[in-house]
Amino acid sequence: MRHGKYPFVIGFLFVPVTLYVVFVIAPYAQAFQISMTNWRGFSAPQWVGFDNYRRLFDDDNFWKAVQHHGVLLLALPLITIAIALFFSFMLNVGGKSSGGQRQGVWGSKFYRVVFFFPQVLAVAIIAVLFQMVYRPNESGLINGVLMKLGFDPVLFLIRPNLALWSIIAVLVWQAVGFYVVLFSAGMASIPGEIYEAAEIDGASRVTLFFRVTLPLLWDTLQVAWVYLGIAAFDAFAIVSVLSVDGGGPDGATTVLAMEIYRNAFVYSKYGYASAMGVALFFLTLTFAALTLRLTKRESVEY
Amino acid sequence: MSITPDNPADLSRRTVLRRAAAVGLLATPAVGLLSACATSGGDEKNEQVADGKKSATNPLGVAEDAPIEVVIFNGGYGEKYATDVHQPLYKKAFPKAEIKHQSTQAVSTVLQPRFASSNPPEFVNNSGEKMMDFGALVADGQLQDLTELWDAPSVDDPNKKVRDTVVPGTVDVGSFNGKPYVLYYVSTVFGIWYSGKLFKDNGWAPAKDWSEFTALLDKIKAKGITPYGYAGANAAYYQWNVILTHAAKIGGTDVLKNIDNLEDGAWQQDAVKQAATAWAEIGAKYVDKSFEGLKHTDVQLRQNQYKLAFYPSGDWLEGEQKKDTPSGFDYQLMPVPSLSASDKLPATALRATAGEGYFVSAKSKNPKGGLEYMRQMLSVAGAKGFTETVKAPTVVTAGSEGFAFPPGVASSQAALKAAGQDVFNIYFDGWYKELDTEVRTATNELMFGRIKADAFVERIQKRADAIKKDSSITKFKR
Repeated sequence: MRHGKYPFVIGFLFVPVTLYVVFVIAPYAQAFQISMTNWRGFSAPQWVGFDNYRRLFDDDNFWKAVQHHGVLLLALPLITIAIALFFSFMLNVGGKSSGGQRQGVWGSKFYRVVFFFPQVLAVAIIAVLFQMVYRPNESGLINGVLMKLGFDPVLFLIRPNLALWSIIAVLVWQAVGFYVVLFSAGMASIPGEIYEAAEIDGASRVTLFFRVTLPLLWDTLQVAWVYLGIAAFDAFAIVSVLSVDGGGPDGATTVLAMEIYRNAFVYSKYGYASAMGVALFFLTLTFAALTLRLTKRESVEY
Repeated sequence: MSITPDNPADLSRRTVLRRAAAVGLLATPAVGLLSACATSGGDEKNEQVADGKKSATNPLGVAEDAPIEVVIFNGGYGEKYATDVHQPLYKKAFPKAEIKHQSTQAVSTVLQPRFASSNPPEFVNNSGEKMMDFGALVADGQLQDLTELWDAPSVDDPNKKVRDTVVPGTVDVGSFNGKPYVLYYVSTVFGIWYSGKLFKDNGWAPAKDWSEFTALLDKIKAKGITPYGYAGANAAYYQWNVILTHAAKIGGTDVLKNIDNLEDGAWQQDAVKQAATAWAEIGAKYVDKSFEGLKHTDVQLRQNQYKLAFYPSGDWLEGEQKKDTPSGFDYQLMPVPSLSASDKLPATALRATAGEGYFVSAKSKNPKGGLEYMRQMLSVAGAKGFTETVKAPTVVTAGSEGFAFPPGVASSQAALKAAGQDVFNIYFDGWYKELDTEVRTATNELMFGRIKADAFVERIQKRADAIKKDSSITKFKR
């Protein structure tokens, strides 16, 4: 059956590889090339070498965005995973055991659906929704109640030191549901006998969680951390729709994607925007590599 | 290089779409090939018709029987004004000339190939989502220099040049580095708007100087109405427009010229600092803090509910809000009040400009015909016809006389008339988008009390200096 093997293999490889090269690799490579020019979108680009990268170093907004990614990278995965772990533990093994089988808390089937709701909504819709929630006057969901009770309205998206956290809260709210499902699936694959044995030995729920669930979920947690880290490098849609004046006030909530968008489509500085894109590319790559390396440990056999 | 009188949401959507189209080229590896094609046929000049004989009725020397092709953007103003008013006027002046009319909603889609193949129409209304970039057209030599038109005698009065029949600044706003290429036809006046009904009911009168203004704001505040406000979330430029208008009144129009020309220390001029100080105080005392997080429609809604007294904007506001304003609301314009008696410009001075761009193609067969078409458009009959058809004032000063505008536009037209020659414009936001963004951000910081006037002018100056030094940005002068 050697006859015609190569044409067959090449025939199958050629189309997908070509598509991948043309539509994925080539645009990436082109972004690198454009980042070395001062292209403004209309007349032919001029080669400027590393000028755009030198400019990045003096750009306050670029550094502000990088700093915000730092905050997001720490806060978003930590908070999301903590809440998701707590929820999924309660949904799956937090309740009483019946017939030797650990159960979730009462009503867990209902909660499971509710937690997943935000995941079903499009990001843009969530952003618009939270515009209503955060509105700074009496027509806002939170401030309407606060003002009825006689409090001053909280300026969620306006106060510079509160704005970023208001946005992180939305990102967490949106992400938690998915990770509850992910962790639930992970927990379902942990054999019930282990819990049973631990319970017979007199382990409390807290011990169960830290000594049994967490170690056996490690691989899933690692995946979650990388996913959330990459999400922390994006956050564009929420920031763009929700924040005041596109990443404001005064750049207090800006992210790299927002700056790229502004430089490309508002200032027509495609070369400079591409340089930011390349910087973002390397930041994301470094993050993923580092996370996978740092969290590497022996998986527990069971 | 214009400020199209439109709401900001539209403006940004339009720009975004235009730029998104440009970025689409990124993904096209054949872009080099394309442009090679586009330029290959473009060098030879289209054979143009010979000039006609100059006379009193034909001062530009148009060939009287030469056909002319007119392309109109079929948008907010429609195309009726062209087919029913302007073209009959041209036909009446030159009965032997044939007029070919075409209208489109996608100007660049229809016309780009024709420019590339050196066969452009004589006269174009370049507007809408798919308008062609004026700067690029100018750089490519596609636009006819309009100096000849502006210097020609007007249709109605042979002793008056066309340039003297239009609102001051009309020629400048369509000029690129000093040469006029674009005719912006629709007049726009900027000011501070209030409800005539609300003011009449309370016995308030608009203020002329600063002490009157603050006293009035106090009275309004005492009534439980927010005295002044703009939307920080997306309309901060309405407010910088007020601050800079104020600065021009204090220190004369050169203040703005220096800013537009990126002169050293232009933002640190005393007039700008004084204006910023004055308005920062208004922000601290009379503006609702929550407005920073609201969009302009939200803030305008509050004005429609009589919960907000003053809102700064241009005179497109009335038309834009037509559906939402309660009956009898009666929009009125108040020019930005003067600061003190030592102001260089009178209290009536204001910012006005023109929008909706028209041009004549330099490489068309009959560019003289295009210029003549513009001259007819700029006649009193042409302007009156336009205003009656679309209910918007043109740049022709005599064109809207006697026309019954809705109250808001009527008040802005009266204010424009009262201003006389003290009319000015601001250009930097159209020329340097980055500077516009910085000024918007700084304006919010100033008006909502996070920085003082000194820091305001300093941070903008820093950005202006950086733009001046940046060799990759094309500079404009006026």
